[in-house]
Amino acid sequence: MKIRIALCALFLSGGVVNAPAFAQATDTALLIGGCQGCHGVSGQGGHGIPSIKATHSRDEFAALMRAFSANERPGTIMGRISRGYTPEQIALLAAHYARPQ
Amino acid sequence: MALSRRAFLAAATLPITLAAPRIASAQAGAGRVVIIGGGFGGASAARFARDNFPALDITLIERGRTFTTCPYGNLVLAGRREINSITFGYEKLAARGVRVVHQSVVAVDAGAKQVRLADGAQVPYDRLIMSPGIDLRWGAIEGYDEAASERMPHGWVPSLQPISLLRRQLEAMPDGGRFVMVIPDNPFRCPPGPYERISMVAEFLKRAKPRSKLIALDAKNGFSKQPLFQDAWAELYPGIIEWRGASNDGRVTRVNSAAMEVETEFGEKLKGDVVNVISPQMAAKIARDAGLANQSGWCPIKPATLESTQVEGIHVLGDATIAAPMPKSGFVASAHAKHAVACIAASLAGRAPPAATFFNTCYSHVGADYGISIVGVFRPGPNGFAEVEGSGGVSPRNAALTAERRKEHRQQEALYADGWYDSITDEMFG
Repeated sequence: MKIRIALCALFLSGGVVNAPAFAQATDTALLIGGCQGCHGVSGQGGHGIPSIKATHSRDEFAALMRAFSANERPGTIMGRISRGYTPEQIALLAAHYARPQ
Repeated sequence: MALSRRAFLAAATLPITLAAPRIASAQAGAGRVVIIGGGFGGASAARFARDNFPALDITLIERGRTFTTCPYGNLVLAGRREINSITFGYEKLAARGVRVVHQSVVAVDAGAKQVRLADGAQVPYDRLIMSPGIDLRWGAIEGYDEAASERMPHGWVPSLQPISLLRRQLEAMPDGGRFVMVIPDNPFRCPPGPYERISMVAEFLKRAKPRSKLIALDAKNGFSKQPLFQDAWAELYPGIIEWRGASNDGRVTRVNSAAMEVETEFGEKLKGDVVNVISPQMAAKIARDAGLANQSGWCPIKPATLESTQVEGIHVLGDATIAAPMPKSGFVASAHAKHAVACIAASLAGRAPPAATFFNTCYSHVGADYGISIVGVFRPGPNGFAEVEGSGGVSPRNAALTAERRKEHRQQEALYADGWYDSITDEMFG
């Protein structure tokens, strides 16, 4: 919903187009698109797949993903996934899914 | 917060009532998007567009009133699930503001940017998404045509042939009988699919017809997650499965459906009580008729935007595309879908397309509480697409895990597979 409002607002703003904000909102929507496949449309999880929606702070989320990438955190699949993303992409995901501060 | 401060202020000062189409169309970034095909690609595209780009006017054309997934069809085959549990309707997607049209597409006029339906209606578009799936290459295996597939089912395209046909044949097989599976060369829909099917059929045979055998004749010498599958088969189904690769005369070149017999490249003939022929495939007819395919029968695309290289203004998704090394999977189709919609929205707003990262996980059920997976993360590369170095890969083999962790890992992956299935189908149809 946050992304929808951002993208909608950017479209309805008419002539003055905020390119960086649009790009970031689009990039975020695409990134979470991969997570949604297992963690659900709003990150709620299910069938043992954890909820990632507002469960961690931004820093905790990013740290978790780094730990998966380094095989420091046990899992079945997350390390194989997290190593496919750049730190910048992880930061966008962390910002999106973070617990409200 | 996900919103930049500037975007938040912009949103706060504007009336966020989504206006009627006539107003939306006057704004940058609005336009009419028509989607052909309501499967993993098409339904995901429609949902993603409604969630994120509400200025886009979305029409989804899907001739079927329901959609039965290919994924989890193997569990229906094994008797673990019923077919209605993997079948979905389009009502909720329509309620989100997608115009769902249950009609066949007769032609695509790319010059006039119109789609002609079987009832004669013309549907205009600004951008077209083609996500039509596959057709089987009748006659690629001599003797295997549509009529033959009634006796020797493929069970590989639910809209052409429900998995229930193969399931009924399997249930009627005598104990001590032989299930023959014919597996094609690359590329084909769902690389691990035939091997999950072997596993699920073996699970059923072991339980219900324990003196029976399964022989798989493969046109390839190797397959997705092979060591993991073969470890599991040896552990769970000893003596039931024989897999023969191409260099061991596994390639089937001819079938005789009346005699329920298949013939290999070097002339060996085998009869089966049940014969499942997963034949060679190609992009579905509507894509080929629209000029989107090349001589391979598959549709070449530009990696950055998934636009067809053959016809302007059309994005092609999923199994119909040439997108190696990305596998032909539902998850990939849904990843393509989201990227294509984002590219279309950017294009209609006069912006550059977003950078692409495509992510895929294929789960396979090998037995009770025993799941395995393969992950791939892909980006556009110099020759099409490339896997992101250091990422992806398959589940660990038994030797890499302690006995305790092994059991837990396999159980978790089986459970997470169910979670994936529920999440992705809820996203498309919920």
